[in-house]
Amino acid sequence: MSTSATNESRSRGKAPAGERVADWADGRLGIYSLAKANMRKIFPDHWSFMLGEVCMYSFIIIILTGVYLTLFFHPSMNEVQYHGSYVPLQGQMMSEAFSSTLHISFDVRGGLLIRQIHHWAALIFIAGMFVHMMRVFFTGAFRKPREVNWLFGFLLLVLGMFTGFTGYSLPDDLLSGTGVRFMEGAVLSVPIVGTYLSFFLFGGEFPGGDFVARFYSIHILLLPGIMLGLMVAHLILVFYHKHTQFAGPGKTNNNVVGMPLLPVYMAKAGGFFFLVFGVIAVIAAIAQINPIWAMGPYRPDQVSTGAQPDWYMGFSEGLIRFMPGWEINLWGHTLVLGVFIPLVIFPLVLVAIAVYPFIESWVTGDTREHHILDRPRNAPTRTAFGVAWMTVYFTLLIGGGNDLWATHFNLSINAVTWFVRIFVFVGPVLTFLATKRICLGLQRRDKDKVLHGRETGIIKRLPHGEFIEVHEPLSQEQLHTLTAHEQYTPAEIGPAVDENGVERKVKGAEKLRAKLSRAYFDEDSQIPKPTVEEYKEITSGHGHH
Amino acid sequence: MKKLSARRRHPLAAVVVLLLALAATGGLYAAFAPASKAQADETSQSLSIEEGKKLYEVGCASCHGSGGQGSSDGPSLVGVGSAAVDFQVGTGRMPAATSQGAQVPRKKAIYSQAEIDQLAAYIASLGAGPAKPTSEQYSKDGADIAKGGELFRTNCAQCHNFTGKGGALTKGKYAPTLEGVAPKHIYEAMLTGPQNMPSFPDTTLSEQNKKDIIAYLHAIDSGESTNPGGLELGGLGPVTEGLFAWIFGLGALIAVAVWVAARTAKAKKS
Amino acid sequence: MSSQDIPEENLPSEQGTAHGAVSVADEKHPFADPGLPPHEHRIQDIDERAARRSERAVALLFTLSMLATVGFIVSYVAIPHDKDIFVFPIGHLSALNFALGLTLGVALFCIGAGAVHWARTLMSDVEVADDRHAIAAPEDVRAKVHADFKQGAKESALGRRKLIRNTMFGALALVPLSGVMLLRDLGPLPGDKLRHTMWAKGKRLVNMNTNLPLRPSDVAVGSLTFAKPDGLEETDEDFQTQIAKAALMIVRLQPDNIKDKRELDWSHEGIVAFSKICTHVGCPISLYEQQTHHVLCPCHQSTFDLSDGARVIFGPAGHALPQLHIGVDDEGYLQALGDFEEPVGPAFWERG
Repeated sequence: MSTSATNESRSRGKAPAGERVADWADGRLGIYSLAKANMRKIFPDHWSFMLGEVCMYSFIIIILTGVYLTLFFHPSMNEVQYHGSYVPLQGQMMSEAFSSTLHISFDVRGGLLIRQIHHWAALIFIAGMFVHMMRVFFTGAFRKPREVNWLFGFLLLVLGMFTGFTGYSLPDDLLSGTGVRFMEGAVLSVPIVGTYLSFFLFGGEFPGGDFVARFYSIHILLLPGIMLGLMVAHLILVFYHKHTQFAGPGKTNNNVVGMPLLPVYMAKAGGFFFLVFGVIAVIAAIAQINPIWAMGPYRPDQVSTGAQPDWYMGFSEGLIRFMPGWEINLWGHTLVLGVFIPLVIFPLVLVAIAVYPFIESWVTGDTREHHILDRPRNAPTRTAFGVAWMTVYFTLLIGGGNDLWATHFNLSINAVTWFVRIFVFVGPVLTFLATKRICLGLQRRDKDKVLHGRETGIIKRLPHGEFIEVHEPLSQEQLHTLTAHEQYTPAEIGPAVDENGVERKVKGAEKLRAKLSRAYFDEDSQIPKPTVEEYKEITSGHGHH
Repeated sequence: MKKLSARRRHPLAAVVVLLLALAATGGLYAAFAPASKAQADETSQSLSIEEGKKLYEVGCASCHGSGGQGSSDGPSLVGVGSAAVDFQVGTGRMPAATSQGAQVPRKKAIYSQAEIDQLAAYIASLGAGPAKPTSEQYSKDGADIAKGGELFRTNCAQCHNFTGKGGALTKGKYAPTLEGVAPKHIYEAMLTGPQNMPSFPDTTLSEQNKKDIIAYLHAIDSGESTNPGGLELGGLGPVTEGLFAWIFGLGALIAVAVWVAARTAKAKKS
Repeated sequence: MSSQDIPEENLPSEQGTAHGAVSVADEKHPFADPGLPPHEHRIQDIDERAARRSERAVALLFTLSMLATVGFIVSYVAIPHDKDIFVFPIGHLSALNFALGLTLGVALFCIGAGAVHWARTLMSDVEVADDRHAIAAPEDVRAKVHADFKQGAKESALGRRKLIRNTMFGALALVPLSGVMLLRDLGPLPGDKLRHTMWAKGKRLVNMNTNLPLRPSDVAVGSLTFAKPDGLEETDEDFQTQIAKAALMIVRLQPDNIKDKRELDWSHEGIVAFSKICTHVGCPISLYEQQTHHVLCPCHQSTFDLSDGARVIFGPAGHALPQLHIGVDDEGYLQALGDFEEPVGPAFWERG
């Protein structure tokens, strides 16, 4: 004990102030072991790896601006008469929530800016999560050991959507009120308990006087609290797993190649926060968002055309718009299928993409860790599934804005709706098949490139008059990169009889798995990689074919 | 040229070609699209008849009948009043093309105001109907903008959108934008209910109500009205906001991310 | 992370092999990994003048940020909050919002741009390889944890003393019920509230615009009028909840044009009154096309035919708009002859 004490005092006496503070903290928090592992943590450089940072930073921006907004916002539905500085609403009856939002927008200096930053950042946050998720999906970054982090990310997306919904409902304006009314209708459609749920949610009949206050605590406390926790867990796992990387020279499944956190990524990632904040602030300076003063206060008997939710809820709007009006009345009860079916499909659309990683790992039966990313072309079935899913999603998004498509492209709203009704089923099949073919085509091109080299665009005339394009052989780096991906062989069901010759019962799941495995990895679904023999044969020969 | 062919294989070449193709398509569209407009201008020059009846017989009778009684091609004009004529001809909807789509669009008026007044007087003589408003009736003086806003949201916004940008109706019909429409024409449209728009007669929407609505529209949807937050983005609500967030918001951030993550240029090997 | 020790001026060829795995070709990977390519110098690494230029650029960006923050404070103090300016091509906008947003944006962006430019041009750009370690614990750790757990479980006697286990699970399962119970008072029970509106026999139809009771002669063919029940005022405490059910849409049709018999019976001289609340999810439906007599919902495009009992002809609504039976009272005003016979607005389980 005594020696360590003297050591401590000695180092304190000599060390500079910064080191002494660090020593103090280490003695209490053990920061040095943490820093040892993380201070020079390596991050690979690729722009698509920064999409997650876009999300994290916009989330932080949303929290900062949101806290500011709570200083002025009154989550109350008491009706008041407006006497603020926006002339076209003076003397109108409105809820306190709406009038305090007008106050923020017109009478608090910079309030409008913060409101707009908050809302723009929210749209960008969820768009960023969507693109980030697609990046992770198409590169196979969700594979072991990152499945749990994939689920954390997915939960963040879903919670982000609902935080957004409860947020834009708070000002109690005509547009958001219409959205809340839609929510009431959707809740009412739930069999058996729907009416009760609706009365509990709104504190009685719609709109009542409660939902703004209830949404407020959900929006500023409950959901963001959960999201903050999930985001921290997400980040810890990113650090713990170390980032994935694309195949390339020197990059293996057992290492990570890039720049150290201190100083390069500290500066790059830290700087990126300011860049994101700066870009969003400029957008909030020049582009107006959610002009609630133009929409007016909510009244259940008023509405504006073009009643759409924010973009991330758009696909649910599409679901509800393309449904036929099915309603079943039996034994004195009503089953509102026209609303209830979309309400059920809504989570299913999201779950479809969330569970995919588990389906894929079951099909491949692969239990190894994967840290090298796939190029989308090298996983044709996965890529095709992802594109098909996006087709459904974006078709529904189009359906959610069918009236604007109709007016802006001189179409009939009925025709647009019918297009959505059909294409939401046909579209994913078409894009699945097309994507798979395109992937295989790209795989073939890669193989050609490996075997025959790069087309240089230089045309050469041979002595006997023939024109050929000169092909330049690839470097070893490029050859390695283009052939680094893995190829599975389809799983077999195994012998139908066991070692004793007794017939073995083959389970249905096992058969399905073998079938899926063939669909994934047989010769129609992947182009075999070039072999060394092939390469040698061609390169040793005449050079060009 | 040699340089160009060498760059043909550049990874960005496909993007450049795509952008060029898009620009070319847009250019072609722009070059051909206005042709129909020019034709309408030409026909306007050929018309120079003065009196209402004469004007009517030449320009309108083929569809609406020689005495305004209507035909299979156009409705009766007996009793529609001078307000309807002033609106329909003044906004260029009439005369309409023989083969029209779901609805007759607004276009450049081909009659002068004097000619329209003559036509209106002739039609008004066929039977009593809503009369053209006086400028006093649609002026902003003495109007209550806030009340106008409430009336607008109750009666108009469901079709014309909360800032009067228009919206879709069934089967290709639409409520047109109110931007740039003269106050007089807005008043007449409320009074007469052109095409599929319902009318809002003085008995249910008083003269003062109409005045209020016009004043409100002027305040929020004219060249002088302010959008405090910046770009209006079409005034269409969350759809265009979402598109803007994706294209310019996320687009700009991805561009920044590409710069942050890109390799710094290496010194040239000599 | 031995790479930290490598001085930057190391020869490129050495760096190429100093770290990063080099593999040999095998059947699965026909082309061997040549290892990390040699590091190439940036111009800033070899030319001090270029490095100085970078330094000045970074400093300039940070200075710009400082100036922009000063600009923000000046704008905040100097620009009145209700001042409009015209900015091409944006249009008229709030001068304060524009100035604050731009200065804040520039101040933030320049900090970020400066930091990134610094990192890109002046910090080391030598790529470093770091080894990964398996996530799963080695076998001895795994065995130890399993053993510890088994011992702990055994010492707790949870497996042996079944009574403790079962009652504990029971208690833990029941205790959240208190929380669920507490949610009961979130709202009253529905009862038959969704079945009734303010409309009743003798209630006059009051014009939403003028706040005056309507006479049949006020309502012209082809016009559209919205009405509320007599006695409901905007300043009433329950106005929102009442109007959410009672809002009425009134149109006048030629009686010959009315195809539905009940609709004709419940009309007055061709004047029909329908609920304004869509039967789909409750939007105020009122996009009335006076020539086709169709009414379209702006939210989800349900289309109803007002000349045929307001039946659904397109879109997701499941049933017709409820009609209000109307007549004329002694003084010649339009009045309701009862409440709606069915619940207005969205369908629900008990609707039947």
